[in-house]
Amino acid sequence: MSGLIANTLSVRGLTHSYGGAAAVDDVSFTVPAGEIAALLGPSGCGKSTVLRAIAGLVSPRNGSIMLGDADLGHLPARERGIGMVFQNYALFPHLTVAENIAYPLACQHVGRAERRERVAEMLELVRLADYAKRLPRELSGGQQQRVAVARALAPSPSLLLLDEPFGALDRALRFDLQVEMLRLQKTLGITTLIVTHDQEEAQSLASSLVLMNKGKIEQIDTPMAVYDRPQTLFVNRFIGQANQFEAIVETLEANATILRLRSGEALSLPHRLDFVTGAAVVATCRPEHVSLVDTPAANTLAATVGVSVPLGPSLVHDLILANGGELRASQARGPETAVPAAGSTVFASIDTARCHVFPAQAGTPSA
Amino acid sequence: MRASGFPFLVPMLALSVAFFALPLALLVAYSFAGETGPSLENYAKFLGDPFNFRVLLNTARLGLETVLGTTLLGIPIALLFWHSGQRVRQAIIFLTLIPMLTSNVVRTFAWIVILGRQGPISESLMALGLTGGPISLMFTELGLVLAMTQIDLPLIILPLVAILSRLPRNLTEAAEVSGAGPWRVFVTVLLPLMLPALLAGWILVYASTSASFVTQAVIGGARNVYVPQLIYREVGTLFDWPLASAIAVVLLFTTGILLLVLSMLSRHRRLVGHG
Repeated sequence: MSGLIANTLSVRGLTHSYGGAAAVDDVSFTVPAGEIAALLGPSGCGKSTVLRAIAGLVSPRNGSIMLGDADLGHLPARERGIGMVFQNYALFPHLTVAENIAYPLACQHVGRAERRERVAEMLELVRLADYAKRLPRELSGGQQQRVAVARALAPSPSLLLLDEPFGALDRALRFDLQVEMLRLQKTLGITTLIVTHDQEEAQSLASSLVLMNKGKIEQIDTPMAVYDRPQTLFVNRFIGQANQFEAIVETLEANATILRLRSGEALSLPHRLDFVTGAAVVATCRPEHVSLVDTPAANTLAATVGVSVPLGPSLVHDLILANGGELRASQARGPETAVPAAGSTVFASIDTARCHVFPAQAGTPSA
Repeated sequence: MRASGFPFLVPMLALSVAFFALPLALLVAYSFAGETGPSLENYAKFLGDPFNFRVLLNTARLGLETVLGTTLLGIPIALLFWHSGQRVRQAIIFLTLIPMLTSNVVRTFAWIVILGRQGPISESLMALGLTGGPISLMFTELGLVLAMTQIDLPLIILPLVAILSRLPRNLTEAAEVSGAGPWRVFVTVLLPLMLPALLAGWILVYASTSASFVTQAVIGGARNVYVPQLIYREVGTLFDWPLASAIAVVLLFTTGILLLVLSMLSRHRRLVGHG
């Protein structure tokens, strides 16, 4: 592999708007040299705009984009030397696999012999050596994706951008190609930024997640921290599943907080929250932190079983609370696990140590 | 029994046979009619005259010149379409279609005004001091090519626009990110991808131009004679229908060969599948 210098990508204060509506608002993050970061968020959150700004395909209103010591901000796309894999790959349909991979090399005036050598090397890397003379439409989706990756990597860029690279593939293939992508990235040690709306994809590929919502960054953290310690209600709800309760902070003690749910029940948290008494809050808990018990106790809510669905290793219960609200619980399942009958009365015990509490937002849907 | 769609094709088939295949067969049959029986004498008569041969070449040249003119004008308009937003795209399609709603004859007469001695072309050239006196492009091949180019322009723009509106925009972005400048993007990505549309457009423009009797006659005048006028003269003035049929078959044949070559080109494996 030709000498690849990994560079740190640093985005500062990136702001862009389309026709007056802010698409990206003061976005700052850093991807350390040689690492993979994922820009994650729902569609329309501005993540693609950030990626396109880094590639030079849109000119942002404000902000700086640095790659190592180079300021990319004022360079046209063709001079940035970035490798990019587009959504749906954007392979040139009239060029063969080998010609597609050679395209950026030709643009950068790499000599014919060196070009041929590099193309062979890239074909080997993505395991498509036998497909050099095929046209893109003669390849499967997964093969096309690998050609797109090879084309992006051919000129040895110091930054690789991936825009929903696995979006068009079916589930089984997706995982294989993600593993393949990780292998490539580790081999080359190239700084990589991937844009996706798929949290599993982001979690399995990236060492850090940049969560975006409505043009703003919500949280930047490792995949585990984002799941275990979400900083905003949006992140809590976007990553994994979360049950939600509207509540009022009733009592604050040195090592405990009592929340009065809107439905009238109380939840006691084993730590002091950073709120004032009487504050309106939203408490959340993951389905796996809700368990079913037979008798009422502290931090249990009466409920009836709506439906219980076995999902491989877990059993997921959709419960209906006394006040009509819904609650999802998930437990590990074995061959002996009893499935409760629909309509039976149970008590949902909530592991309040694992609950998260956020300030209530205007327009928050009630649980 | 396998259900067959054939009965549903019958009305269309009957119409085609009665009003296209049969007349065409009649035309071909007529062209072989001699004084004493079937013969090739009409063809010999037509091709034996060097004047006729020149007319045939002129007609082909007129077609090719118009193809060139429409291509040189059509590609920039197609590129404007490619780079424009929804509103400009709609405007381009609208402005392309509007002239098509006007009769060929009306447009030809409009061109008489434009190409004439007091027309805008002559006036502009005089105002710029490029010519001493008023000039007329009427009854010149240049004037005819100008008019034909305008009249046939939609035939090349519409296939181009049809292809470009289906082309994903990120193809040119991928080229840009790869390091291609605007010229290279055009030559290596857009132009090859537009080629199927260009081939289709060339076929339409060539066929339309080489057969456009009215425009050829009115703007080309008596000095610029093309095959359709030759046929008209045989039919309307000299009443030699067998010879007229032979000329028509020759025109059909020469145009057909060109179209066959172009449509064979468009079946190239690199062009199929994204057209």
